[in-house]
Amino acid sequence: SMNPDLASERQTASFSVEKLTAWLDGGAEYTRMRRAVVEAIEGDPVFSREDQYFQSQNERYEAAVKKAVHLHKKMHEMGWTENGPESKYIHRALAGDVAFFLHRIFMRSISMLGSDKQIAKWIPLATQYKIIGSYAQTELGHGTYLQGLETTAVFDIATQEFILNTPKISAMKWWPGDMGRSATHTVVFAQLYVHGKCYGIHPFIVQIRSLQDHSLCPGITAGDIGPKMSFEHSDNGFLMLQNVHIPRENMLNKFCEVQPDGTYVRWGSQKINYFTMTSVRISVISDEVISPVMKACTIAIRYSVVRRQSKLKPGEEEAKILDYQTQQEKLLPQLAAAYAFHFISNYLQGLFDRAYREIQRKNFNMLPELHALSSGFKAIISQCCTSAVEICLRACGGHGYSLLSGLPSLYTKILASCIYEGENTILLLQTSRFLIKCFMAASTGQPVPPSVTYLAAVKPGKCPAKNKLDFLRPDIYTEAYQHMAARLVSSTAAKLQDLIQSGVKKYNAWNQCTVQLAQAAKAHCHYLTVKNFVETVEKMETQAAIQKIMKHLCDLFALHGIFSNAGLFLHDGYISGVQMDMVTASYLDLLPVIRKDAVPLVDAFDFTDKSLNSALGSYDGQVYQRLYEWAQKSPTNKQMSPAYERYLKPLLHNKLSKL
Amino acid sequence: ATMTTMNPDLRRERAAATFQPELLTHILDGGAERTRRRKEIEALVLNDPDFQHEDLNFLSRSQRYEQAIRKSSLMVMKLREYGIADPEEIYWFKSFVHRGRPEPLDLHLGMFLPTLLTQATPEQQDRFFMPAWNLEIIGTYAQTEMGHGTHLRGLETTATYDPATQEFILNSPTVTSIKWWPGGLGKTSNHAIVLAQLYTQGQCKGLHAFIVPIRQLGTHEPLPGITVGDIGPKFGYDEMDNGYLKMDNFRIPRENMLMKHAQVEPDGTYVKPVSDKLTYGTMVFIRSLIVGDSARSLSRACTIAIRYSAVRHQSELKPGEPEPQILDYQTQQYKLFPLLATAYAFHFVGAYIKDTYHRISGDINEGDLSELPELHALTAGLKAFTSWTANAGIEECRMACGGHGYSRCSGIPDIYVTFTPSCTYEGENTVMMLQTARFLVKSYTQVSSGQQVTGMVSYLNDLSRQRIQPQHVAARPVTVRINDPLSLVEAYKARAARLVEAAAKNLQAELNHRKSKEDAWNRTSVDLVRASEAHCHYVIVKLFTAKLSEISNAAVRAVLTELCLLYALYGISKNTGDFLQAGILSDAQVTQVSQRVKELLAVIRPNAVALVDSFDFHDAHLGSVLGRYDGNVYENLFEWAKKSPLNKTEVHESFHKHLKPMQSKL
Repeated sequence: SMNPDLASERQTASFSVEKLTAWLDGGAEYTRMRRAVVEAIEGDPVFSREDQYFQSQNERYEAAVKKAVHLHKKMHEMGWTENGPESKYIHRALAGDVAFFLHRIFMRSISMLGSDKQIAKWIPLATQYKIIGSYAQTELGHGTYLQGLETTAVFDIATQEFILNTPKISAMKWWPGDMGRSATHTVVFAQLYVHGKCYGIHPFIVQIRSLQDHSLCPGITAGDIGPKMSFEHSDNGFLMLQNVHIPRENMLNKFCEVQPDGTYVRWGSQKINYFTMTSVRISVISDEVISPVMKACTIAIRYSVVRRQSKLKPGEEEAKILDYQTQQEKLLPQLAAAYAFHFISNYLQGLFDRAYREIQRKNFNMLPELHALSSGFKAIISQCCTSAVEICLRACGGHGYSLLSGLPSLYTKILASCIYEGENTILLLQTSRFLIKCFMAASTGQPVPPSVTYLAAVKPGKCPAKNKLDFLRPDIYTEAYQHMAARLVSSTAAKLQDLIQSGVKKYNAWNQCTVQLAQAAKAHCHYLTVKNFVETVEKMETQAAIQKIMKHLCDLFALHGIFSNAGLFLHDGYISGVQMDMVTASYLDLLPVIRKDAVPLVDAFDFTDKSLNSALGSYDGQVYQRLYEWAQKSPTNKQMSPAYERYLKPLLHNKLSKL
Repeated sequence: ATMTTMNPDLRRERAAATFQPELLTHILDGGAERTRRRKEIEALVLNDPDFQHEDLNFLSRSQRYEQAIRKSSLMVMKLREYGIADPEEIYWFKSFVHRGRPEPLDLHLGMFLPTLLTQATPEQQDRFFMPAWNLEIIGTYAQTEMGHGTHLRGLETTATYDPATQEFILNSPTVTSIKWWPGGLGKTSNHAIVLAQLYTQGQCKGLHAFIVPIRQLGTHEPLPGITVGDIGPKFGYDEMDNGYLKMDNFRIPRENMLMKHAQVEPDGTYVKPVSDKLTYGTMVFIRSLIVGDSARSLSRACTIAIRYSAVRHQSELKPGEPEPQILDYQTQQYKLFPLLATAYAFHFVGAYIKDTYHRISGDINEGDLSELPELHALTAGLKAFTSWTANAGIEECRMACGGHGYSRCSGIPDIYVTFTPSCTYEGENTVMMLQTARFLVKSYTQVSSGQQVTGMVSYLNDLSRQRIQPQHVAARPVTVRINDPLSLVEAYKARAARLVEAAAKNLQAELNHRKSKEDAWNRTSVDLVRASEAHCHYVIVKLFTAKLSEISNAAVRAVLTELCLLYALYGISKNTGDFLQAGILSDAQVTQVSQRVKELLAVIRPNAVALVDSFDFHDAHLGSVLGRYDGNVYENLFEWAKKSPLNKTEVHESFHKHLKPMQSKL
């Protein structure tokens, strides 16, 4: 039966949840397809995640391998393919809790970086799981800064082989998934040496385990890197190479080759490598970041209408905690952000698709903008969503800390996204490098990409808002964001110029401005997110009820950003102190408005109970019963702990009194 | 396999420090003698083979619980053997034994025994205290229920007095009334102090405490009518058996109600307690511990992140030069140094509250409770402010360590999960902030009606003087000198005054528009929380600044002054909106502040490692491969990983079970 407090929330929805779901999915036919995939996966007991909170690292790993093997079979049965339209729904349904993710990256890197001949040799083996691959880039001593990698591959003309080595401990490959226990092969990134000359980082296919008995190959030391904050299911590994010989043909040679006589030849554009990184970052945003934050909002908001605590009015029943302004102020901005980032993620995907079509036509012009945007957005979205999930966790009081709430594992997993695929600070600085360059170009009248044309028109001004309702006008707040972003970019550029002109070396000047540069990059992305939200809402004219609630969310997202970064908007007087009070008033007024639709707004994300895997967030709201029953299944309650016989009993039987 | 030499980068850092870390350590400990004694106790624990064990990161939850129980029993015996009885020394000992983690006897030692002392009658103490002291009785404190936490009046467990048998009948009438979370309840305890709504003669008399036996002495099996168990895995706290307790018509004798204050007579007559103001004292004490914990946890995380940042080299600053230490990047300094300054600030705040508490406790015995309400209100807010800040700060430190921060070997995930629940326990932080706000609004109202207020809120007195002038309080010009800590204290004071006044006025406006007081309060609560935060921030800057004048060594004072300035200026730069809107600072000053923050980063940089060395965490206590004192990070990372449970066999059993069958089928 449905908890009456949740039921009443659903009765008063101002819009059709089903229609919003379909719109979020991109059409009702996609909703149907997604639900069919989810049903097939969740109906299969092998994929159950019910026990995962009770399992050890070894058990999680084993379950992930078992699921991966089973998935292979399942896909065949269902007629799903790796690149079919279902694949993203499969990923969503499994919540990433499956092995061989890096195996897919292994195949993707061979397809992108390998020659036709190499593709023909390796891809069928990998597709049939005759080999299992990984992707070994990061080392103990180096992550995001790839040029610093220390693994070496020296070409030996005599044997026509590359000799791979880990020359020192910091050069050991560290972190690659599937490599600790599963992989038989891996793509290794190493500094290529021919005739004593270093040609930089190149990819090599290296066999690391026997195809017969899975034992390590000669010269290979590999294993699991030990427990992490999350990703218990994944055997992130280490790899040390000692004089490992591989044939010349194992260097991936779509773009360059070492010929038999040692001649190094390079062809084609390296720019395409950026394209791979970009594509990975964009998929990280939608799959690894936005989906978890939507889940966290679903759990926290549903729980906040089931949980009653303290009284708002004497003599009345205890209030739902979502009726407290402070609780609304914690959760509703996160909900608005989940929507905002979902829309910007769609925008990035669109931009990516266009760029891809251009690249097919050998036009690389869109790449710098795409690269800058995907870097900056990966950074701010992963950072905002990580903190959003943590806010959701802490908004659930004590029960949020139980693994059974589902929130701790969402948190520990999403926070890794701030680091992998490029550490966030470094990514923001890449975006700001692009912004400064465009600002300089724009100020000298040169053409710049569309997302940054606003930088050309930096002018002092004042926000025209006259009362708090004016701050519900998208043109007013979008303009404020634009002004703020342009101001931060231009003032940072000016400071950089000043420093350089005063004789500070360029690299030093850059380092001295990095805090501001990162802030400018964030401001730019924040502005684009608001602008895109506004445009998305404007475009959906056909569904008035949904458009109305989306407009409220858009206002909330924008005003929350101004409220929380008040200093940035007040700084040059663009928004006055009096106007800032209007912003605050409008912002706080929106909370109870969105409050009314909070549950329908999370219902629209359409996560099944199994995919939430949370005692607090289930659709029927039977929170306490579920928590109690689930806790009783904990192994700590099933197995007799040896602690009693060994330690507690002697303790209780009064050994101490002898002292 | 570990190297005994010190990493050259760390050696250089230490040689370049401008002050002696030991002197700063003494200040943090409260004197050279305290440092000596702390290290003595530390050595006692760390050199004791009984307290050695495998790295906890590689153990399952059950194994971790077992290790904790083993060590806790030994700990109790050894404390007595060594005659360690001073609360602070016990705290150190326990903290070294358990490396700062919770342990299953925490509630027995920290709540069950003290509650017996303060709330049991002499007769009850005779029955329970010595057995509990000797651990024949292990008790816990069962307050929180599934449905209720911070809001105690909402608890649903009932204790109904039956005069016929002279017993209380305890019941958990609903699922939500099941006791949930108490530490040591799941597996360890055989008794619990249970908080329940007392019913006698057909009337509810509110919450009272009862001693309830829950497990059979001898077999440790749950007693009939008792359902008890572990609440399952959590975010951290693996050592702790947080438990649930459900009671069905469970009878206990009348004499098991803690009756030092309130009583139920044999015929069921209820006798009211005299005063419960004293319970404030316990809360103040526990919250002061959390403030101290915020400081220590953040210090540990800073130690790890800063040492690692001095060891790690990455990318290039200057073309053609070797990769620089990541601590040389401005963005890295900007992440870590304000947190380092914060850790110091919180240390001094924690020490201040503890001292004030001890001073007032003396007064309490003499009957002077006048300062208690303010201290109670202040510690609620400071508990929330420091735990929120430290919580976010620990995560910042972890992120600043890149990928390796995410590995458990960094130790930071463990610090985080152990610390983060303090945002919720002992009073949920938002609720705490609102308690402080209630006091602030009350003080503001007093000032408005012409009375004077004292203590940390005395700045509100100035408001009434300004009210004569028609202009907004904030328009009062403050001449802020950004290199003078005292002047920055004034700036923070002005901000707090402005936000308290704004919240109080908004509250009044809501009250004028609406009927219910509670509704108005709720609609102002975001403003009220902001006011409390500003007040706490002011108090912290003030206390940090005040500490500077107490430091006699010039070199130490100089470096702490830099940290104090950084703390204050960074706080301004993160809240420029408040200072600009109130007219406390001009645009130009705000720009100067952010410029000065960056200059201070460079000033503090040479002392960064020495400043974390001064926290003086032993490697064993730090529990971090990245934060090792000798800086030999990479080789030890490798050694650590080899011990991972997944590496127990070279070929994992999953290969034979799953991979091989699949490969052979394809």
